[in-house]
Amino acid sequence: MSAPESSAAAPRSGAPEISVRALHKSFGDNEVLRGIDLEIRQGEVVCVIGPSGSGKSTLLRCVNLLEEPSKGQVFVGGTELTDPDVDIDAVRRRIGMVFQQFNLFPHLTVTENLTLPQRRVLRRDKATAARVAAENLERVGLAEKADAYPSSLSGGQQQRVAIARALAMGPEVMLFDEPTSALDPELVGDVLAVMRRLAHEGMTMMVVTHEMTFAREVADRVVFMDGGVIVEDGTPDQVITAPQHTRTRHFLSRLLDPAMAEVEEETSDLVHGAPKPPVTQQERPPTPPGRGV
Amino acid sequence: MTDTGTDTALTPRRSGLTRRQKRALSRGAQYVIFVAAVVALAVGADWGRLQNQFAQVDLAKQLFPDIITLALKNTVLYTLSGFVVGLVLGMVIALMRLSSVGPYRWISGIYIEIFRGLPALLIFIFVGVAVPLAFPGTEIPGGTYGKVAIALGLVSAAYMAETIRAGIQAVPKGQMEAARSLGFSHARAMISVVIPQAFRIVIPPLTNELVLLFKDSSLVLFLGVTLEERELAKFGRDLASETANSTPILVAGLCYLLVTVPLGFVVRRLEAKAAEATK
Repeated sequence: MSAPESSAAAPRSGAPEISVRALHKSFGDNEVLRGIDLEIRQGEVVCVIGPSGSGKSTLLRCVNLLEEPSKGQVFVGGTELTDPDVDIDAVRRRIGMVFQQFNLFPHLTVTENLTLPQRRVLRRDKATAARVAAENLERVGLAEKADAYPSSLSGGQQQRVAIARALAMGPEVMLFDEPTSALDPELVGDVLAVMRRLAHEGMTMMVVTHEMTFAREVADRVVFMDGGVIVEDGTPDQVITAPQHTRTRHFLSRLLDPAMAEVEEETSDLVHGAPKPPVTQQERPPTPPGRGV
Repeated sequence: MTDTGTDTALTPRRSGLTRRQKRALSRGAQYVIFVAAVVALAVGADWGRLQNQFAQVDLAKQLFPDIITLALKNTVLYTLSGFVVGLVLGMVIALMRLSSVGPYRWISGIYIEIFRGLPALLIFIFVGVAVPLAFPGTEIPGGTYGKVAIALGLVSAAYMAETIRAGIQAVPKGQMEAARSLGFSHARAMISVVIPQAFRIVIPPLTNELVLLFKDSSLVLFLGVTLEERELAKFGRDLASETANSTPILVAGLCYLLVTVPLGFVVRRLEAKAAEATK
């Protein structure tokens, strides 16, 4: 019955919550991760950016062992997930995950989506599960959708329910795998607002995203990945505004405007001086800033 | 095409008929054949004899209520018991088919190939005759009902296993991943999340399987059954030979249709609904 709010008091930059060491992952002959070392401290918000195929989603999925690493170690909250003797189901209870495709259970109502895992996994009694579900739906602003089925919700609402479902388990860490990439542009803001609030409450978050505005405003650190390695790791200012590496600059310039890909020298200025958030991917208009907290 | 003159001049036609004329001619010919067949049947058939053989109202009346309270009831019982056995066994085989343990996959694969490849009649003979011969003294629990449940179950399990497997695989992979990420074990995720969704997908084909089983239950005919255990086909045949008249067969047939036609309608409705949902 750990109230999800309890993490609000956790100090930022505390003990390492996620620790990834010399992580390798291959799919057949295709080496997707080629030696990743990463530490995320308690209460830290880390955004992972990079071109598609850079391995960022695979890295995220290795952190809760949805993908089995080929080599290396993953620690979450001091437990080694890569230890073959670890009870992976027990560790995963402490790690919330939000997917690009929401993955709500379509045969259950919104409330049942939140109560089923609490009942079956945490063995909470009916009343407690229902109460925690209601609290968390309130938290993402969807209390009025409690009895709706996922198919009747918009993508943005579904994603907020998915966040609430993960939060209802009282996780120490939240992983987000491109949470807004499958959303219609006008629905992105609400989801980011929920994530922003979560970050301010002190949740440890690892976010794979293309939302540069979000990364710049919310992240404590931004990690740029390319070709299965971490190319750059630093504050949003360091990585997004003044990237040191050509690959980072190239990526950011393409994100800003595909036609500008060649003009790498001007990139940092452009990003820095841009009055509006950069357009992520081809079709995404700017996320309205300040719709969140 | 009002100006046929220039049309002919530009594209010379071999038959001298327009497309519309050809179409009318073809359709006319089909109607002529149909009417001719109906007339031939009406004139040529010995209606008196046919009615005497197939539609003796007095005889049909005598069949009631036994044909419903006994024969149809038994047909339904055989079908449902076979369906339940097939569903449970099919579920197990489907899960074995998807197992990460090699031997489970092989065994279930072999089972499916064998029981889909054999005629249902042979399975009935096997259960009803071969097993008691080979193991004298062994008694299949439930007597005829047990035998039929097992025979129908063995056959339908093979088909249902493939249907259920396809249904499970049709549930998006993200569902299992979401459940696992919440801390569900693989087995629990299967039971709570994947299988309930798979069943929605397979309800139409499983209902179809029920219709097939309903018809296959007539194979009980080939097991020795007591008077009380007779189902529609056996009942109809027995009475047909007793009375030396075919009316009981016709009535038994109508009883089958009484169930299969509405069920078939339900299947089509479910399929249409499922197609709507996946749009």
